[in-house]
Amino acid sequence: MANSSVVDFPKNFTKALNDPQLRHNLRSAMDTLGMRRRTLFSDPVSFEQLRATGDEIRQRALRQLPELLEKLEKKCTENGIQVHWAETPAEANQICLEIIQRHNAHRVIKGKSMVSEEMHLNHFLAEHDVEALETDLGEYIIQLDHETPSHIIVPAIHKNRDQIARLFHDKIPNTPYTEVVEELNAIARKVLREKFLAGEVGVSGVNFAVAETGTLCLVENEGNGRMCTTAPPVHIAVMGLEKVVERLDDVPPLLRLLTGSATGQLITTYFNMITSPRKAGEKDGPKEVHLVLLDNGRSKIWADPELRQTLKCIRCGACLNHCPVYTRLGGHAYGYVYPGPIGSILTPQIEGLVNAGAMATASTFCGACEEVCPVKIPITDILRRLRNESYQKVDTPHAVKGHGYKLSVIESLTWKGWALNNMMPWANALSAKLLGLLSAQLPRLPKVGLLKYWGQSRTLPKFAARSLHALAKEKGLRDE
Amino acid sequence: MPTRPQKVYYFGTCLIDLCYPQAGMAGIELLQREGVEVLFPQQQSCCGQPAYNSGFPEEARKVARQQLKAFPNDYPIVVPSGSCGGMLKHHYPKLFANQPEFAEAQRFSGQVMELTEFLVTVLEIQLEDRGQPIKVTWHSSCSALREMRVIDYSKSLLRQLRNVELVELRRERECCGFGGSFSVKQADLSSAMVSDKVADIEKTGASRLLSGDCGCLMHIGGALDYQKSLIPAQHIAEFVWERVHG
Repeated sequence: MANSSVVDFPKNFTKALNDPQLRHNLRSAMDTLGMRRRTLFSDPVSFEQLRATGDEIRQRALRQLPELLEKLEKKCTENGIQVHWAETPAEANQICLEIIQRHNAHRVIKGKSMVSEEMHLNHFLAEHDVEALETDLGEYIIQLDHETPSHIIVPAIHKNRDQIARLFHDKIPNTPYTEVVEELNAIARKVLREKFLAGEVGVSGVNFAVAETGTLCLVENEGNGRMCTTAPPVHIAVMGLEKVVERLDDVPPLLRLLTGSATGQLITTYFNMITSPRKAGEKDGPKEVHLVLLDNGRSKIWADPELRQTLKCIRCGACLNHCPVYTRLGGHAYGYVYPGPIGSILTPQIEGLVNAGAMATASTFCGACEEVCPVKIPITDILRRLRNESYQKVDTPHAVKGHGYKLSVIESLTWKGWALNNMMPWANALSAKLLGLLSAQLPRLPKVGLLKYWGQSRTLPKFAARSLHALAKEKGLRDE
Repeated sequence: MPTRPQKVYYFGTCLIDLCYPQAGMAGIELLQREGVEVLFPQQQSCCGQPAYNSGFPEEARKVARQQLKAFPNDYPIVVPSGSCGGMLKHHYPKLFANQPEFAEAQRFSGQVMELTEFLVTVLEIQLEDRGQPIKVTWHSSCSALREMRVIDYSKSLLRQLRNVELVELRRERECCGFGGSFSVKQADLSSAMVSDKVADIEKTGASRLLSGDCGCLMHIGGALDYQKSLIPAQHIAEFVWERVHG
């Protein structure tokens, strides 16, 4: 799932932090998205009720996940949708390729799908002489620039209008330079229309799959997603297996939560419900519809009751939009497909702590993500769990892959020493006194060890000559 | 609201103990001013949050047990910090889930209240401002805001002071980037966050930054100082005590 083989987090972070244009683009985009969401969910009481419903729907779906997936397969099959199971991204890619090759197709048009990013489908298809064109405007922009999405909902959010204008001028033949949004849209529209007509297979993601009816739901704003699922004769939908819900009734609250949380929209311009391929006598729609269900570590996550809550996610991206860390870095710095708070809990579980455990350290536990999460994922608790398992070998069947990788004698001893000091009042009193004396001797503490990092942007505090314990005692405060 | 107690426990927090005892004492003075006896268990130390958040729950539990022992009676436990308060109130039950001390931890957590919330809701404190006119700004700590949910109480104290003008920060709800060990383990990120916070503070034109958490104050105050700002950072208890004490 990594965008490159080894992710160098510190280097990526430094690069992002030192890019003023990126910082500016992200700040203004995140402020806007946050403001839109607040405007829509302006009543905290009704929002809490709605997200309690969302949480209940997702928990109920996950509780019966194996049964619901079987039911989904049965219903889809009855409806004429061909269902395929893939344990790994490689298997999912192979399934897609075989369908494409069976139709002698070389031109694929794609609607936005994070699971296809997880599979690195475009790259895989290119190796097999199949061109996959992204048709979501944001995805199209970054594909032109050979980039990956920097956000799960708004993939080109790191770019501003001027950068897109320059990109279109440089990369699309015979395109005059323009910064007018309507003109830029028209340029993309013209290119994409031709591609839609020529597309032989359409690929899309799935926002929700309804088990009771075998319906695939797709949320979008541009209509390009619908073009991908209707214009070509073959439609392949790829989906993470956690996206199933039990009933059709479950969709409206989740849809409201998804669009409101993501972009502050009451509803999106398009909402597609796909239940079958073209039926006899119908004039349009694909002749074949395939559903590829990807596991990629999700079953293992599902097996643990705490970690399972990660799978409640409906990919709205609100946690990214409200994360002070994501706002400073953007998605590329994380180095993996899913960035921000949800990426920081999901990726280490899929990729293992050795590769992606560092993502769990990129949080202050400020809780802004949990406050807006429409399905109440306990993100900070899961981050704590990942931090804990990074340091500790765990003797449970559901331990996160790579647990104990950070095992460090020095760090363990430091915390043991800290614990002892705080368990023994006399030691605590003595250390407070010593620190006070030390501070009195030195005008400023020396910038060594971790203090060096503190000192890069902050002066160091002084230890008080007399601790609160000492002052309280002097004041004669009692204890009972 | 709970009835007005005669006695309260005071949990001073380790950071206040070591670096900001005057803020801790100001909280005690305010409670005493309202006629409440403040009990200060000398056996108390740290809430355990540094280890808990760093991936060392066993060490956090050992330290937390010490606090359970130090506060055995059912008096309210008043904490001049949203962050330590959040740990004691919301995380102890999780830390002690499946542990023999679970019931004890629940009892303890149920007694915890953040200082400004206690002053406003339980003691219904009335403040008379004896200070010179001053413009201040306020930083909401993330735990005070989202775990303890006490920001309205803290600000209502400031609004009682007639010579104090409160200018709100542009992104008041955004983290300052402290995050305990985050501030040194992700020093670049943390520095970027606090620099933005300092810029927002400077823009308010306030002559003092107030907050209810010494972690944030150490962080933002350190950054203000580093950038040679003239705006001091101060704990709300100390500020309020100064204003009413004259």
